[in-house]
Amino acid sequence: MTEKISIRDLKFYYGTSLALKGISIPLYANKVTAFIGPSGCGKSTLLRVLNRMYDLYPNQHAEGQVLFDGRNILDPDVDLNLLRARIGMVFQKPTPFPMTIYDNIAFGLKLYETLSKSELDGRVEDALKRAALWSEVKDKLNANGLSLSGGQQQRLCIARTVAIKPEVILFDEPCSALDPISTAKIEELIDELKHDYTIAIVTHNMQQAARVSEHTAFMYLGELVEFGETSKIFTAPRDSRTQDYITGRFG
Amino acid sequence: MSLYASRRRSNFVAMTLCLLATFIGIVWLFLILFSLFWNGVPHLSLSTFVEMTPPPGETSGGLANAIFGTVLMTFIGVGVGAPIGVLAGTYLAEYGRYSKATPTIRFINDILLSAPSIIIGLFIYGVIVVPMKHFSALAGALALAVIVIPVVVRTTEDMLLLVPNTLREAASAMGLPRAHVVWHVAYRAARTGILTGILLGVARIAGETAPLLFTAFSNNFWSASLLKPIASLPTTINSFINTPDANMKQLAWTGALIVTLAVLGLNIAARILSASKKQS
Repeated sequence: MTEKISIRDLKFYYGTSLALKGISIPLYANKVTAFIGPSGCGKSTLLRVLNRMYDLYPNQHAEGQVLFDGRNILDPDVDLNLLRARIGMVFQKPTPFPMTIYDNIAFGLKLYETLSKSELDGRVEDALKRAALWSEVKDKLNANGLSLSGGQQQRLCIARTVAIKPEVILFDEPCSALDPISTAKIEELIDELKHDYTIAIVTHNMQQAARVSEHTAFMYLGELVEFGETSKIFTAPRDSRTQDYITGRFG
Repeated sequence: MSLYASRRRSNFVAMTLCLLATFIGIVWLFLILFSLFWNGVPHLSLSTFVEMTPPPGETSGGLANAIFGTVLMTFIGVGVGAPIGVLAGTYLAEYGRYSKATPTIRFINDILLSAPSIIIGLFIYGVIVVPMKHFSALAGALALAVIVIPVVVRTTEDMLLLVPNTLREAASAMGLPRAHVVWHVAYRAARTGILTGILLGVARIAGETAPLLFTAFSNNFWSASLLKPIASLPTTINSFINTPDANMKQLAWTGALIVTLAVLGLNIAARILSASKKQS
């Protein structure tokens, strides 16, 4: 298994408060890695380091190393836009842009590639098919993205992310605002997507972590408590805190 | 039971006072509109829009040059002021949101927003009219632009701040450069709000008198030159209403009606625009 991303001794600060206390985790290529832990444990923070999302805000900074194909993405000279085109992210709340379904996808594509109208159409269709949304929206590509249901909006966001062909996709609690049927669809999708992408997912839903991931990291109070194969974490955790969390005794 | 009755009574009294206050608050608008229609409509005719402002002693004449002057200066004022305001508002909300200078800039802008418009007229008089040695439509238009800027800065910033950060994050997460995030996502989400702000800016300056008194001055004749004094509805109303000439007084009323209806129309248009946004 190759490590697509290697997080090494990562510390993260909000102002002066330490939110990640030296985390080291590998993200294996074409695998799904789940991050679980109670609220405030730092799992979303960790995800937002991987595409340098924190750079949008003042007074937040990271120390340590995050090697992406061997290159430290925390280096100040990393081109953030190119990095984010290679490491896509899907958020907790569906965030379609205030434009048509078609443009939601074509918009990002046009920025990075010069495509003819027919190529663009093809890529939009392809992305929507990959996100299992094509059959539901193919007759209304010019409808506003906001007119879709919550589950459809989230798949539109996945399509949008997939369209620009990233190498890694980060999911930040992608199903927490969705109903069980939409959730099942997204989980199926993640299972499909891992053939082509390396995936990291933050979730509060432990069954979800168990269903979709190969590896699981359990975090608590800014520390990595345990990392390992998902089957082991959920059946034979080494740490008592992991045991307590997955059995629902705290968190 | 008597406690309940006394509560009912005090509730009734409070309610009556509130209703009365509301009535007193809005009755003036209707009284103003009524007197404007009463005095302005009888002389409203085609000649109001095609004939020039008359000298004393005439029985005809219109407001064509004044209407044109107001439209011209408002147009240029918004044309100059709105882009500056939108860009400055964009800086405050998007680029400089976390900058230490931003609260100070916002505070200064708010001062400018509430600055008496005659002060702005004096300022333009000092920096443009005095060096040019004469009044001009350009000076009037720039005075109006200075009034529009803080209005548009404020609404643009407010509207952009209403755009949820999750949208910006989502756009940034796709590798969009900041300018694209602002242009394609934030502006698109805030578009109607910003347009409403500009429209309110137009409404604000269309009826301004003070900043034009010693910048554009006035002109009894048709002028389309930016470098010459130009008439405007508010300044014409101001000078005509003070004359003993009955015809000119009539025209002042008609002009007041036109200005009021235009400003009212712009405000209603802004309302409809912002309401249509909420529905979609």
